Amino acid sequence: MTDPLDTPAAAAAGAGESADPPAPGRLPPADRPTGRRRRSALHIPVRVRFGFLAPSVLVLLAIIGWPILFSVWLSLHNADGSSWVGLHNYVSIFTDPATLTALKNNLIWLATAPTLACALGLIFAVLSERIRWATAFKVVIFMPMAISFLAAGVIFELVYQADPSIGVANAVMVEIHDTFAPSSKYPAAEPRSTLDYSQSKAGYTSPTEYTPGSVATVPLTGYSVLDLPKSAVQAAPAAAVPGEITGTVWLDLVYGGGGTPGHIDPGKKGTPGITVEALSGTKVAARATAGSDGTFALHGLSPGTRYRLALPASDFAQPYAGVSWLGPDLVTPAIIVAYLWIWAGFAMVLIAAGLSGIPRELQEAAKVDGASDFQIFRKITVPLLAPVLLVVLVTLAINVLKIFDLVYIISPGSTLSVANVLAVQMWSVSFGGAQNQGLGSAIGVFLYLLVLPAMYVNIRRIRRERRES
Amino acid sequence: MTLNKSSKISGIAVAAAAALALTACSSSAKPAPSSTSAGGGSAAAGSLPSLKGQNLTVLAEWSGAEQTDFQAVLKQFEQLTGATVSYQSGGSNTGTVLQTKIAGGAPPDVALIPAPGLVNTLAQEGEIKPLDAAIQQEVTADYGPGWASMGTVGGKLYSVVYKASNKTTFWYNTAEFAQAGVVPPTDWTQFLADCQTLSDAGITPVSIGGSDGWTLADWFQNIYLSEAGPAMYNKLAHHQIPWTDPSVIKALTTFGQLLGNQKFIAGGDAGALQTSYNNSVTQTFTTPPKAAMVFEGDFSATQITSTTKAVIGTDAKFFPFPGPTASSGAGFVQVAGDMATALNSNAATMELIQYLASPTADAIWARLGGYLTPNKLVPVSDYPDATTQQEAQMLINAGTNVDFSLDDLSPAAFGGTVGAGYWKDMQDFLKDPANVQGTAKQLEADASKVTWS
Repeated sequence: MTDPLDTPAAAAAGAGESADPPAPGRLPPADRPTGRRRRSALHIPVRVRFGFLAPSVLVLLAIIGWPILFSVWLSLHNADGSSWVGLHNYVSIFTDPATLTALKNNLIWLATAPTLACALGLIFAVLSERIRWATAFKVVIFMPMAISFLAAGVIFELVYQADPSIGVANAVMVEIHDTFAPSSKYPAAEPRSTLDYSQSKAGYTSPTEYTPGSVATVPLTGYSVLDLPKSAVQAAPAAAVPGEITGTVWLDLVYGGGGTPGHIDPGKKGTPGITVEALSGTKVAARATAGSDGTFALHGLSPGTRYRLALPASDFAQPYAGVSWLGPDLVTPAIIVAYLWIWAGFAMVLIAAGLSGIPRELQEAAKVDGASDFQIFRKITVPLLAPVLLVVLVTLAINVLKIFDLVYIISPGSTLSVANVLAVQMWSVSFGGAQNQGLGSAIGVFLYLLVLPAMYVNIRRIRRERRES
Repeated sequence: MTLNKSSKISGIAVAAAAALALTACSSSAKPAPSSTSAGGGSAAAGSLPSLKGQNLTVLAEWSGAEQTDFQAVLKQFEQLTGATVSYQSGGSNTGTVLQTKIAGGAPPDVALIPAPGLVNTLAQEGEIKPLDAAIQQEVTADYGPGWASMGTVGGKLYSVVYKASNKTTFWYNTAEFAQAGVVPPTDWTQFLADCQTLSDAGITPVSIGGSDGWTLADWFQNIYLSEAGPAMYNKLAHHQIPWTDPSVIKALTTFGQLLGNQKFIAGGDAGALQTSYNNSVTQTFTTPPKAAMVFEGDFSATQITSTTKAVIGTDAKFFPFPGPTASSGAGFVQVAGDMATALNSNAATMELIQYLASPTADAIWARLGGYLTPNKLVPVSDYPDATTQQEAQMLINAGTNVDFSLDDLSPAAFGGTVGAGYWKDMQDFLKDPANVQGTAKQLEADASKVTWS
């Protein structure tokens, strides 16, 4: 190391440390004796040194120092800054349910997002050491960092749209669901509501009872005439057959309206494929499927017994609509996933850099000793990486505490209050309508206090590294 | 309130811009790029004096195509008077931009403010000036009484509604109505009956953009205005009656008759709460449509034409929001609009506002389309198509029974914050429409938290 005070930056660092005497037990580096720090080798007077420092100090005070003080001042005043309210705004933070929700969500974020991003980054970094196209892989994972967070928010807002024809997340869910459970034949159709069919999970049951030999009519509504299968033809009344219950199940609608409800008018078509059951008590006595004109016949019934007709729910089940990603239950996890999409790449790059600095001998020695890959990972790689992991965790923790853009953009207005975080709440109360800059500043100052511990860890680490180097 | 999610984004941008403006306090608006020539060029030029050498600055929310159209209107003023007018767009946060400019000591000469609540505040603070007698006469002659009173604060005229939007239009998909054989309803009972008919025919009747709370507020406000009338509406808008008033309970109950039936709402309540205003309009006119009707203002036409293949006037039409009785049909209108205000009492400023209030200026933009004015002297035939003509006719017919959106009249802390206050309470009501009393109590609790002017 040459003279430490060659550059103004080093001079600034030296001046900073001289105001902060070394703690007992922490000896200053041998090549920088305390006595030399007081006076430069070049004999530059202190006045001149301050002259060099002054411009940057002034700029820092103007753009950092003054706003912080002004925020603190604002936070002790009312909405428009006209009267002193003491700590009232700070009390509001802990009494207002909206702010408490935001605080709770911040803690959820803090507990999950940095750890998950770090874990994903670690996995990606370790895996990328073992594959052929490592660089290409890393570039792809890191790519989201190149997108602005606002744009990423807009992308994920679309991804999470409830409508499967817009939101890709739900499109996938619906596709998977429909592969295993095909949708019903006549979704949302139902027996005409004026007929008082009783509805249960199993389906619809007729209010009237039928004996063998009688003719039943089952008019359906709630299904578009345009969606009927091509095989459907004009509905026909069924003929009475002794020993059987016959009948028609048809769509009781004419295109353009008209017709008499409950009557098989010209233009009304049968609903082929619908299952009709004869129920004796709760037991299914017979089952039939409607033909293309809607007629069905239930065989094998005992004469004189009274049966109710049942239409199983499987024919009418509503199509699977997917998951309400941005509904009140999932909105915060959904936004955290969007965050991971962006930041896992960042974590990966830092961790990969750390990985390349680990001495290989230890891993090789462990391998020679017969350790498995997982053991090497757990007992050697991760402990050696711990300092890097800490850097990533702390950086992400600071980042997560002030998360704003993703939450603000992705969450719809109806669940913004559920997904709220402190930074969004700060913006909402200051500029989003209420124009209460007093409370907004108080939240800002509070947020600053929350970030301080992480900053402290970071600064201490940087100091230690400088001493070690 | 203005429209969509993108306003959220531009909100951030504007807040940032406002912060910059605070430090940089220079309001040097760029000179307007030369715009399309004023269509028509009706010249009632005689009344305008020469203002040669005068410079005027105008702040309004319009950007893009609307800005081009408005600049055509300003261009005509420049030609008639010789003054130079520079326009600046404040985007969706025009109010904040204006307040920042006032705080910075460089207000524009004329500001078109989309929020009447802000007009009141600025009038009380003395930041905007009362309009002179000539403008008063113009307004009395050209506008219905309901419109004139909207711009009056403490007995003095402070603003003129320039560009209005009609928020009592209920859009419907004509193909869906034809399939179910229903015709546009004229009263609420018929509306609910039509919903049942549509639902029976396998068509979801109504699409609601519940992810944006302001759409629900507009629903409620139409119901309330039609049931309780403008006098009560105004009292509620200024919190002179509590939200637990029987009239509010009645309107919520009416609204609940629709919301209470999951089959009447596209996607049910959970789906509606995830649907933005934009999507609620689009999904009604896309193929296949997800609903037969969607309620929102005349500006929905823009969304329909830009995101679907539906043609306004054939595939997409509107009917006036159904009132309690058939006769109340078109007899009430809920509006939003941009109110022209003067930030100084200079003669040139007053001339520009009088020009904007006159049929000469209105007709220019009316012919260009995408514009409505309550000015009676603009012939309805000046509007480019039948649908717009019908919308304009509603504004003129409404007489005294016309009022600004209640959420715009309220303090923003109650009626203008996403995820809080009025909008949030209406979203909770959509989730639980049986809870009429609880919703009214919550609305009153939220309204009591803020200061009402």
